[in-house]
Amino acid sequence: MIPAQFDYVRPASLAEACRALASDEDAKVLAGGQSLLPLLRLRLAYPSALVDVARLPELAGVHDRGDHVFVGAMATHDEVLRSGVVNADCPLLSLAVATVADPAVRHRGTVGGSLAHADPAGDLPAVVLALDGVFVARSEEGEREIPAAEFFVDYWESALRPGEILVGVKIPKLGPGWGFHYEKFHRTAQSWAIVGVAAAVRRFRPARSNGAIQEARIGLTNMGATPVRARAVEAALRGVELGEQVRQACEEADDGTTPPADLHAQPDYRRHLARVLTHRAVLAAAGSP
Amino acid sequence: MTEVGRARRRKEDARLLTGRTRWTDNLQQPGTLHVMFLRSPIAHARIARVDVSAARGLPGVVAAFGGQDFAEEQGSLPCAWPVSDDIVIPDHPPMAVSEVRYVGEAVACVVATDRYRAADALEAIEVDYEPLPAVLDMHDALTEGSPKVHDAGNQAFSVKITSGDLEGAFRDAPVVIDRTFIQQRLIPSAMEPRAVMAATDGDTFTLWSSTQIPHVLRVMLAVVTGIPEHKLRVIAPDVGGGFGSKLQVTAEEVLCLLLTRRLGRPVKWTESRSEGNLTVHHGRDQIQHVRLAAEADGRIRGLQVDLLADMGAYLMLVTPGVPMLGASMFNAIYKMDAYEFACTGVFTTKMPTDAYRGAGRPEATYAIERIMDELAAELGVDPLEVRRRNWIRHEEFPYTTISGLTYDSGNYEAATDRAIALFGYDKLRAEQADRRDRGDAVQLGIGVSTYTEMCGLAPSRLLGMAKYGAGGWEHGSVRMLPTGKVEVITGTSPHGQGHVTAWSQIAADALGVPFEDVSVIHGDTAIAPKGMDTYGSRSLVVGGVAVLKACEKVRDKARTLAAHVLECSPDDLEFAEGAFKVRGTEAQRTIQELAYAAFTAHDLPDGVEPRLDSDATFDPDNYSFPHGTHLCAVEVDTETGMAKIRSYVAVDDVGKVVNPLIVEGQVHGGIAQGVAQALFEEAVYDAEGNLLTATMADYLLPSAADLPTFVTDRTETPATSNPLGVKGVGEAGTIASTPAVVNAVVDALRPHGIHDVQMPCTPERVWRALEGARR
Repeated sequence: MIPAQFDYVRPASLAEACRALASDEDAKVLAGGQSLLPLLRLRLAYPSALVDVARLPELAGVHDRGDHVFVGAMATHDEVLRSGVVNADCPLLSLAVATVADPAVRHRGTVGGSLAHADPAGDLPAVVLALDGVFVARSEEGEREIPAAEFFVDYWESALRPGEILVGVKIPKLGPGWGFHYEKFHRTAQSWAIVGVAAAVRRFRPARSNGAIQEARIGLTNMGATPVRARAVEAALRGVELGEQVRQACEEADDGTTPPADLHAQPDYRRHLARVLTHRAVLAAAGSP
Repeated sequence: MTEVGRARRRKEDARLLTGRTRWTDNLQQPGTLHVMFLRSPIAHARIARVDVSAARGLPGVVAAFGGQDFAEEQGSLPCAWPVSDDIVIPDHPPMAVSEVRYVGEAVACVVATDRYRAADALEAIEVDYEPLPAVLDMHDALTEGSPKVHDAGNQAFSVKITSGDLEGAFRDAPVVIDRTFIQQRLIPSAMEPRAVMAATDGDTFTLWSSTQIPHVLRVMLAVVTGIPEHKLRVIAPDVGGGFGSKLQVTAEEVLCLLLTRRLGRPVKWTESRSEGNLTVHHGRDQIQHVRLAAEADGRIRGLQVDLLADMGAYLMLVTPGVPMLGASMFNAIYKMDAYEFACTGVFTTKMPTDAYRGAGRPEATYAIERIMDELAAELGVDPLEVRRRNWIRHEEFPYTTISGLTYDSGNYEAATDRAIALFGYDKLRAEQADRRDRGDAVQLGIGVSTYTEMCGLAPSRLLGMAKYGAGGWEHGSVRMLPTGKVEVITGTSPHGQGHVTAWSQIAADALGVPFEDVSVIHGDTAIAPKGMDTYGSRSLVVGGVAVLKACEKVRDKARTLAAHVLECSPDDLEFAEGAFKVRGTEAQRTIQELAYAAFTAHDLPDGVEPRLDSDATFDPDNYSFPHGTHLCAVEVDTETGMAKIRSYVAVDDVGKVVNPLIVEGQVHGGIAQGVAQALFEEAVYDAEGNLLTATMADYLLPSAADLPTFVTDRTETPATSNPLGVKGVGEAGTIASTPAVVNAVVDALRPHGIHDVQMPCTPERVWRALEGARR
């Protein structure tokens, strides 16, 4: 559990960080270190240098930007959990963050680090996908934006290019009338999700149509090489009143997924869980017990 | 008020909690070198070549060796428990020389000026392996034509013990229950990983190790390495948990000693957690075939147990003895006319197994308590009622069981009645019935475990009969210092149990001195020279009693001295509150005054030596038998398969309690560890023999967040086999809880026609059982 030798660089500005990263193709970005350091210690990764971006002001904090919330890449899970604007305008994020590991990890781990790690078993990718977040990346070539739907490429692979640093993620505010829920299924409090479901549901106002579902957005954790949008369920839920039809709609939750097999679950069980948990998440987000 | 029985806060904790500890890894010797081991990535292979030359040339590397470099002097790691005449004890080189037999076995090592350089140098070592077939399944291993782990074959030993007319018991039995239970392989996870440091002055050797057994280790290391025993000192500094995993003579301990002998410099090794998952000896791993014959009213006629026990690749210190510790315990608290225990030890290409909290007794208790629930279900009788019809009634003690043990005391009725009341048994049964009627997606299950166990290891005579390589006595010595303070030296070796506190309480009462005036010294063969160490819930039952006996000898000496000083007969003296008083007068001497008088020795009676001190050895004439009733309610989500404990009641009878707070802690931790086997933990090897659960991300340990609030209580039926009346509590919770939880899970699923779920009862396993039942 001792990493191989590496250089440690702590740039003072984002521009300097981009330069450091561009000048060394074997360098890696170090954020909170909750995923990267175990990889180094197990000698599963041998970066030549770590560019520590944890204290860069450009990547810090959670900001209210009017129509969206900008979560700086180096905002820790704990900061998000305590953020007024997140809890008011995109509470799905804090609901999911609250389930991440334990308080020690939540104090060190960062939202940007977790997203850039692109682990489909991580809790935040499915949430940002469900909320149609937009990733902001910076390199020496400049800044670009990447929609969530294009950000997650494969297991532990994002659309970030070599030399690019994740600056933060824009989470659009959905406005009033939405309910949220993150349903995480895991065996111990500190273990990864076997399957997770991030749900945002908006219902018609009761006066108009008995409170039927107007729109739903559903992201699935650990159901494939990337987080997955359960589009079939989203479509099937449109206009549906709470009841048996919701359950039927959620039967399509595993459509188009390619769930992995591991020690905790085989694919068929994950598919089953996705259906059951999606149903639960939708009902909870819709405000129904 | 006596000290014994008080919920004293532990003397150990302020230091431990504020980090002022002496873990082996924190100790420093000038010029210490750091050792790291290269470990086999292959389960079974011939070693064609080990080349350490490139590693030797790297900066900071002082030495690098392959197994061949120590072939002549490393000896064989010992097995101290040859359980049968047919046992095969294969040679077990600390560093593999010609063949590796499990993933993680050491094949080479590097000694460097720091750990970073040592870790780098490991990557420069070249090893050529010629793969051999892995041997993983015990049934397959015993078939003709199976690849062999060792030349002598894959059977390590085989024993069969029968009492009573087994055939008669099963012939025409109205009820026969036949079940096979799997005890999955577990990885002990002590909070402090193993660590070893060794140093020499050219003549004598000192070994510091995170061990439970400094005394046993000293003897064994002397035998293995040839270092004369009187030239070897073993120290167990602060040790952060063991659970049996540090009841071992490890390859790393032997090799650190050999490296310091060869290099003449101190060396240190500390394992990483993932290294530990691979190479700390594992626990459990049995296939249990159990048959029970009963009358139509549920009374047991006979019990037949046939075990396959996975030894792993080698026999370590007590590997074969672990299943044998359960040999007399499958019959548990129940009366029956016939009993047979058979066990075959099997070699596989996995990490060796050995003692893990409970060692043999959790396995036995699980099997009998599971099958008692199966019997109850078969008969349609409440599981507690089936137990009542079979258990030894409290007026029948002492009771000699079918397996030949004599239980000295117990009161199963009292513990069970108390547990039922605390649990709200009838109310939960009513809720269960209601949920079943409603077809609720969340079903409720209730699990029962009326366990007993055999601990306080142990009477030396009985250990000898069981072919164990050592005795089971324990030693204590007590010295009163000139200022009246007390030092207790114990042969037990605490690693989290709180001996310093409990022994202080015992000595304070026996000598009439304040609790604060007692210190307890342990864990160093030069300072506490006699001992048999800490395992098997033995420390209080054997070692605590030895301390009491030593205190009594000191008190007797003080009485002689007091009579001399006060010019009276010793019989005229009464001892109370730390002073000897001449009956009917005001004349008295405190024990502290007497300690000073014994120190100055100005006026001692003839034949009395200076100083108030003494020592004593205690060797009990029987084991002790804690018992209790644990009740568990589990909610099973039939849609996801998730089983969650809703409530848990433990009523334990561990005899007389010295410190309720410590007992409480042991029970809580014990239950957590037993629940872990029931629901969470499993060491998994793949088809090639690779350990898939080498990190904590894959090997799931439950934390406080995953466990319910335990409701605990006690009944107190003193043991009659020792003067303190104590029984031991280190393993009780672990032994009791596993079957209580699994019985509850199965109880929830029984209406679906499900009669067993393999441990750990993961959501996926429960879901698959339900899917199977739906088809």
